[in-house]
Amino acid sequence: MIKKFTLRINKKPQTVEVDENMPLLWVLRDVLDLKGTKYGCGVGSCGACTVHLNGIAVRSCQLPISSLANQNITTIEGLAEKADHPVQKAWLDVDVAQCGYCQSGQIMSAAALLKSNPNPSEEDIDNFMSGNICRCGTYTRIKKAIQQAAAKK
Amino acid sequence: MKKTDNTYSRRSFLKVSSLSGGGFMLGISWLASAKPEETLSALNVEPIWQELTSYIKITPENVIKIFSPNPEFGQNVMTSLPMLIAEELDVDFKSIVVEQASYNPALFNRQFTGGSQSIRSAWKLLRTAGASARQMILTAASQAWNVPVLELTTSKGQVKHAASGKSGSYGSFSTAASKLPVPKDIVLKANKGFRLLGTPQKNVEGTKIVHGKPLFGMDYTEAGMLIAMTERPPAFGMRLKSYDATAAKKMPGIVDVFTIQVYEPTQKLAMFDTRSFNEVIAVVGKTTWDVMNARKKLNVVWENAPDTKEIMNNRETIVPGGLESTTKHYADMLDMDKKPGQIQRKDGEPEKAFESAKHVIERTYTAPFLAHNIMEPTNTFAHFQGNKVRFVAPIQGPDFIANTIATRLGIPKENIEINLARMGGGFGRRAYGHYMVEAALISKQANAPIKLVYSREDDVSGGIYRPTYQLTYRAAFDENKRLTAMHIKGGGIPESPLHANRFPAGALDNYMAESWSIPSNITVGAFRAPRSNFNAAAEQSFLDEIAEYMGKDPIAFRLELLQRAKDNPVGKNNDYDAARYMGVLELVRDKSGWGKPENANKKRGVSAYFCHNSYAAQVIDLRVKDGQVIVDHVTSAVDCGVVVNPEGAKNMAEGAAIDGIGNALFGNLTFTEGRTNQKNFDTYRMIRHNEAPKKIDVHFVANETDPTGLGEPPFPPIFGAMANALYKATGKRLYKQPFGNQIG
Ligand code: FES
Ligand code: FES
Repeated sequence: MIKKFTLRINKKPQTVEVDENMPLLWVLRDVLDLKGTKYGCGVGSCGACTVHLNGIAVRSCQLPISSLANQNITTIEGLAEKADHPVQKAWLDVDVAQCGYCQSGQIMSAAALLKSNPNPSEEDIDNFMSGNICRCGTYTRIKKAIQQAAAKK
Repeated sequence: MKKTDNTYSRRSFLKVSSLSGGGFMLGISWLASAKPEETLSALNVEPIWQELTSYIKITPENVIKIFSPNPEFGQNVMTSLPMLIAEELDVDFKSIVVEQASYNPALFNRQFTGGSQSIRSAWKLLRTAGASARQMILTAASQAWNVPVLELTTSKGQVKHAASGKSGSYGSFSTAASKLPVPKDIVLKANKGFRLLGTPQKNVEGTKIVHGKPLFGMDYTEAGMLIAMTERPPAFGMRLKSYDATAAKKMPGIVDVFTIQVYEPTQKLAMFDTRSFNEVIAVVGKTTWDVMNARKKLNVVWENAPDTKEIMNNRETIVPGGLESTTKHYADMLDMDKKPGQIQRKDGEPEKAFESAKHVIERTYTAPFLAHNIMEPTNTFAHFQGNKVRFVAPIQGPDFIANTIATRLGIPKENIEINLARMGGGFGRRAYGHYMVEAALISKQANAPIKLVYSREDDVSGGIYRPTYQLTYRAAFDENKRLTAMHIKGGGIPESPLHANRFPAGALDNYMAESWSIPSNITVGAFRAPRSNFNAAAEQSFLDEIAEYMGKDPIAFRLELLQRAKDNPVGKNNDYDAARYMGVLELVRDKSGWGKPENANKKRGVSAYFCHNSYAAQVIDLRVKDGQVIVDHVTSAVDCGVVVNPEGAKNMAEGAAIDGIGNALFGNLTFTEGRTNQKNFDTYRMIRHNEAPKKIDVHFVANETDPTGLGEPPFPPIFGAMANALYKATGKRLYKQPFGNQIG
């Protein structure tokens, strides 16, 4: 059923009128034109669509819009106004990206990890990040960037 | 100083005035860094770009823009190709604007990403473009100041005349320079004069990537654009019989449902025209979610397809009907191994050597079909209007598909505009542009701009896979355990992986290579280092096993064979350079600490391979704990000639190792009754963070060889290194990929 929903996205209230089952991912991409959050699998298995829901990393492809009224959602576009979040800075410094498609999701996961665990061990990083696939194989650089961001925090 | 033959430059340096001052839809939103962006916005007017060759534009305010001609899918050519130009142009790389060029064969040379050829084919051309533009600016400056060109020097986009103390920016001469002819005799820098090439430069789109900017085809949108998806047969060997779209059309947001024929039944197809299903149902609607839901409401009847004739590459082929299964594939491949194959190479008297052998080792290796699993699923934007079509497309080979689009849509090729989007991975999958034909047909029928989107399930189950392969290696030994002959017999479904003239051909007096193939309706295509990605695994595992039988060190044994191929090669047409091959093996041996004692926590395997003109060798250190493989260290040695951007190159070689380990351990696409058993990442296992190597070191052979390519060569050998290290860790030789489920 088409309904009206108001969400807080990147600190701004946004009202959309969509099918109540539409996942947040498609609301972001197709309705609000926030294209930083990527579609990779739609089944919660790749992490490309990772956003923060009240500060916690979630897969936006798995969240129907009806469950999100008045919740705080942060996307890659809202992570830091000038793309200068420590994680983004570390990502640039380590020159992580290859194709780049998975990287918004990786960055959102990494930022959430460091928020809850400012000094993660290698194993913590592995465990937390294993929901984010990178076909290009940038995992070792991602780990290095996370460690670097943690050290600078 | 090297003089370059400038014969190719005229065509690609053509000046087309209609393109000056913009005209690129993706325009200046693709600026490389903040600095020139600020300069541009401070201008507050439409910048006046003066064109100095088709690759370079400069405004009078000295904003310098370099076009990167080739499609980018993560191999970082958008950084390394402009570096070639910037080196000779003599500008500060950090202050230039890099823009992805649109497809334009009149302006740009070989806009194809594949075969690890981007840098190799651009090496002289793009440097010549940079040097030519610099020369034009010098000539303009010499005319303005009335001084000889020879007295002028350049640095970071400035021209200087030491004697008079005069200096001026490139921009101040750009208008005059743009009116000069492109010079003919251009002298390129000698390698030792490079200031930029060989220094690490960051990805020019890095900032945009970490900011989540809409760089990808999937992200493209414009006013009035609709979303389209296609419903295709659920199995290879099936086709559409009938369908009822009444319910689907009633779904919210749905605009239209209709069928398209991807190609005309009689259309002659070329190499990259492969598509899996010819008649598909298009569902067009407002949002991706609307279309996904409506697809579920389609009532479709599929039927088994008969054998179908197809003309591909001017050859008539029969695509067989029938629903295929993996178990039967493997049984059929084993059967083929018993029958004589097609002999592709024979040196000496291999049959005799096997007859008189005291000992023979024979091993059969197999590998499954693999899906590309590009992270950004297949998609493209298309708008068909009148007799023109405009695309924003993630495509590796725009020129190939432009011909096909022109034929299928019945429009002139010049009426096809292709804006090249950054690709979320390619690996060969996006060399096959059938989705652009589909999108154009859908846009035409829907009479609207559309973005065609494949779901992940469409991508995984939709074909154009790495084929399934088998190779049987036999080695003959005399009573002294000396290797006297080798016989390789290989094939696949539907193509053979055999490269008959590759190592160890050329190193053995008695050698024979045979090939076979089994037709199939499962579609296949290039997949990062096609064929090599399996050959390396089989060959390098086999060499390891026979070295062990002979009591030789694996690296020493390979070097021994290569030395023979170098000093006194057997036969003709050996397509590798034994000295460069040895070079990477020696480098990996020295850098990995090869020969140091192993223990339960450190088991090592080595492998080396040559493909696409470059050489790579790897040593893996791993351990197995509770049935899990833990890769602690990968040492990679690569000879790809001169390295343009060391940081980007390292990233690529690291990625190749991770991607290869993932595919070696887990990659597996299987079929039951024509359907793929894996449809998405919940069933198709990809390597993940916790399974990646803990550490990867990449070393490049330092040399002055012109670049020979990097995207593919470091990928194949890792499969062999994995197999050989796993043998050390488990005591079990592994012959069947993927290896992951045979450990512990
Ligand atoms: S798209 Fe949501 S996890 Fe893959
Ligand atoms: S950078 Fe390409 S998928 Fe991660």
